[in-house]
Amino acid sequence: MRLAFWSSFALASSLASTGCEKSQPPAPEHKPAETKSAEAKIEPLKVAFAYVGPVGDGGWTFAHDNARKAMEKELGGKVVTTFVESVPEAADAERVFHDMIGQGNKLIFGTTFGYMEPMLKVAVDAKDVKFEHATGYKTAENLRTYDSRTYEGAYMAGIIAGSVTKRNVLGVVGSVPIPEVIRNIDSFTLGAQSMNPKVTTKVVWVNKWFDPPNETAAAKSLIDGGADVLFQNTDSSAVLKAAAAAGKNAFGWDSDMSSYAPQAHLASAIVNWAPYYIKATKDALAGTWKTERTWWGVKEGAIDLVSISDKVPAEARAKVDTVKAGLKDGSFVIWKGPIAGQDGKEVLKKDAIADDKFLGGINFYVKGVDGPLPGAK
Amino acid sequence: MLCLEARPAPSRLMSLVSPILALSITVLAGAALFVALGRDPGQALRLFFVEPVKDAYALSELSVKATPLLLIGLGLAVCFRANVWNIGAEGQFILGAVAAGGVAMSAGPETGRWIVASALVAGAASGMAWAAIVALLRDRANTNEIFVSLMLVYVAEMLLGHLVYGPWKDPAGYNFPQTVTFAEVTRVPRLFTGYRAHIGIVVALAGVVVAYFFLFRSYAGFQLQVGGLAPAAASYAGFSSRKALWLSLLASGGMSGLAGALEATGPLGQLTPHVPAGYGFAGIIVAFVGRLHPFGVVFSSMLMSMFYIGGELAQSRLGMPKSLTGVFQGLLLFALLACDTWIVQRVRWRRSQGAR
Amino acid sequence: MAAIAGSALMESALLIAASLHAGTILALAALGLLVNERAGVVNLGAEGMMLVAALAGFAVTVRSGNPWLGLAAGAAAGALMAAPFGLLVIWLNANQYAAGLALSLFGAGFSAFAGAPFTQERMPERVDSFAVPVVGQWPFVGPAFFRQHPMVYVAAALAILLAWFFTRSRAGLVVRAIGESPEAAHALGYPVRRIRLSAVVAGGALCGVSGAYISVVYTQLWVEGMVAGKGWIALALTTFATWRPGRVLLGAYLFGGVTMLQFYLQRRGVDVPSHLLTILPYLATILVLVSISRNATWIRTHMPASLGKPFWPGS
Repeated sequence: MRLAFWSSFALASSLASTGCEKSQPPAPEHKPAETKSAEAKIEPLKVAFAYVGPVGDGGWTFAHDNARKAMEKELGGKVVTTFVESVPEAADAERVFHDMIGQGNKLIFGTTFGYMEPMLKVAVDAKDVKFEHATGYKTAENLRTYDSRTYEGAYMAGIIAGSVTKRNVLGVVGSVPIPEVIRNIDSFTLGAQSMNPKVTTKVVWVNKWFDPPNETAAAKSLIDGGADVLFQNTDSSAVLKAAAAAGKNAFGWDSDMSSYAPQAHLASAIVNWAPYYIKATKDALAGTWKTERTWWGVKEGAIDLVSISDKVPAEARAKVDTVKAGLKDGSFVIWKGPIAGQDGKEVLKKDAIADDKFLGGINFYVKGVDGPLPGAK
Repeated sequence: MLCLEARPAPSRLMSLVSPILALSITVLAGAALFVALGRDPGQALRLFFVEPVKDAYALSELSVKATPLLLIGLGLAVCFRANVWNIGAEGQFILGAVAAGGVAMSAGPETGRWIVASALVAGAASGMAWAAIVALLRDRANTNEIFVSLMLVYVAEMLLGHLVYGPWKDPAGYNFPQTVTFAEVTRVPRLFTGYRAHIGIVVALAGVVVAYFFLFRSYAGFQLQVGGLAPAAASYAGFSSRKALWLSLLASGGMSGLAGALEATGPLGQLTPHVPAGYGFAGIIVAFVGRLHPFGVVFSSMLMSMFYIGGELAQSRLGMPKSLTGVFQGLLLFALLACDTWIVQRVRWRRSQGAR
Repeated sequence: MAAIAGSALMESALLIAASLHAGTILALAALGLLVNERAGVVNLGAEGMMLVAALAGFAVTVRSGNPWLGLAAGAAAGALMAAPFGLLVIWLNANQYAAGLALSLFGAGFSAFAGAPFTQERMPERVDSFAVPVVGQWPFVGPAFFRQHPMVYVAAALAILLAWFFTRSRAGLVVRAIGESPEAAHALGYPVRRIRLSAVVAGGALCGVSGAYISVVYTQLWVEGMVAGKGWIALALTTFATWRPGRVLLGAYLFGGVTMLQFYLQRRGVDVPSHLLTILPYLATILVLVSISRNATWIRTHMPASLGKPFWPGS
């Protein structure tokens, strides 16, 4: 009897699915995979994006999606883009990438560190597809990495923070204690110290990229500890809102967050992925794509400090402009010695300039940052 | 007036029809939703029900997704039949993954293939141990297993977090919270080259057979079921409810732990804070939709996997939001529970009489 | 010396204040769950209800500009979600745990789905805290207890009200009776199912207020998944507090305090194993559960006997 039941269940399911198929002509929805040979009619390049969060996060993923749209606009009919949001950094990612390949995408962007292994795996079997991995460190023949010098934005924000703070205590809500974030905290502090040598920075870690209630709680604990200017490396506007609720100041991060809290907002350190996405796609279109590591900043238009509030003193504003110009023409270097670590010992000698390797592996706090670094024993 | 009354005996017809009815309701609601969003319902439904089974790769992916659901669902089916409400399968899953990861990371350059077996055994054993806490507290201290098992899920999550952020963090991983990638030798063998399907599905299907024989062909299974359905009768008959409690919790804990171990040494290949994927909770739905029957659980785990995969495809192909998967899963279970009630109840027209 | 002591005192006052604020979220939800659990129904769908309510609250506040309307909308959303659940488990006697889970899953998916357009919306800046006159100025207790958002005081008052309701009012005692033995209550002529449904709906409304509080008051933004497990914690909390409103309140502040403590210790430079610290509330809940369950009498006096069990009026 039970067997009969289950056979009928199975039958019913298959009938349902066949029924659906009959009502729909089985023509594929998307164009077949293009070949790269020169033909009279050029199919648009199919480009796919995998996002770790929802497009509406107002932060990291939002910035990537805006860049995707900008790239699409710039290149017009030459490309067709699609995206999948909230792809977890785990086993499922591989299937998503595989499906993207199966759908004929020839250029695939993975916008978070956690996609490194899945992308490497699928790249092996899809030699004609180009992979772009954000913030990673492994490359392959058809997989390259790209990143943005967010620390430049952090430094500029620091300049403003240093000049606005009255209590000389800055607070940072940190996400995950990886080198990128530590570097940002350090750069923020260095920027603040360039205007105000007396500032100290306190850091609280939420151990997540995105967790609004905990970001709020962390922000409150910093405010209660005396910080009057807040900075964050987390992906939502919770810290900014918490600062606003307490009458303090804060910054936007990843995207322009000025409209979330106009009174409290000092400036937003944004990442603009559009210049890179346009370049990468043009490479793929022109056939000049090759594996490399790209790390762009203010110079290439990938980083900027925008929507600077009117309450920022003119002196700070001028300094930010000078730094921006200096970064653009290469005359200004943020990480130039002498720079001391928390314990006072020099990590960069006088006039020494940190190279990308040094910057990529930063695992220490600079002098002026209070508290221990998690995980550093 | 219309009122509900209990049927003299459960309706066989309704037990057959109920899951089909529930699925149909969900599908209809889904179609309506797609139309409301301006998408072609036929195409969307095809993404959910046809695409995930259309070719070898798809079937392989389906099996990868279904394996943990099937294992957990099986264990929970046994548990729920014994009226033991193990809501903490997610925690047992995590412990299984952690233990297997620990064994996998101990592999050296000389280690042989046998380490896979020991990783899986370690995983099952840890899941069992985690569930044993629940059993012990219920046995010795009469503590409600629902809340204890649920609390232990959080403890397990935090334990995992502590390990991957701390002692087990990959020193070469740029301080990201993740362990090293496990060596090839520790990975669960795949069934076919080029596809991700691994022996886990074979183990799970074997588990289905074992569960079937246990529940419906063994005396212990019979005792367990009677204990769940009619505790008073069971105790009169001398069936030990304590034995049933331990058996069901250890079995489901072991299955969930094994599922976790297979995930860790299979598709994941390392431990990260993203190990808990909600399978422990989805497994509860799988058990219910499968009517707590081993063969039913096979179908329901496949169905749930189709929802997951279909949801992903609907995202990438149709631009539908990811949240739809949760909506459908919730809707399916809700519809099933509603339809199921007709098995034991029926509507009758009665003249109202006295107090309700 | 005095300055250091003074600042330490001030900081602990602020820590208490922050714990109260964070704990109010849990308190409101747990009190709601207490109401329906006292009537014998377990609603595992708390997380889902809170998510939908958070969205409803945010959406209404953004559109109307009035946060109180938003909180009311949250209550309505919670009640609306609890109603079909209640009908399903009370009238159709479906399995409560499965139904609650279904509600949670559905709520999570639906809120993410319907909430997608709202992530870009902004709530106007406002400063919410309300200092109680006179008492708010007292040293230490002022900043610690009496400068909070009005809802914090409402939650505390609610706990007192519910404690009175369940111990001194006739209606409350009837609800408890139903929670202990619906059969006996039915025999006495009480409309058991209707009262249970009211309890479930009321409980849902309170969970809804809690969810809306998160989006409208606490973080003042909307993103999917923002409740981040607080619904499940509230479920634990109700049990931890052995279904007593006063204990729920204290437990909520305690749980809220553990979260805040973690950040405060970090900020003070103490290297905390944050994950291990976060386990404490859950372990504590298990301990409490064990201690009340060991003694058969204790269980009877503390846990509603019919919790989770279906009720058949005909039997």
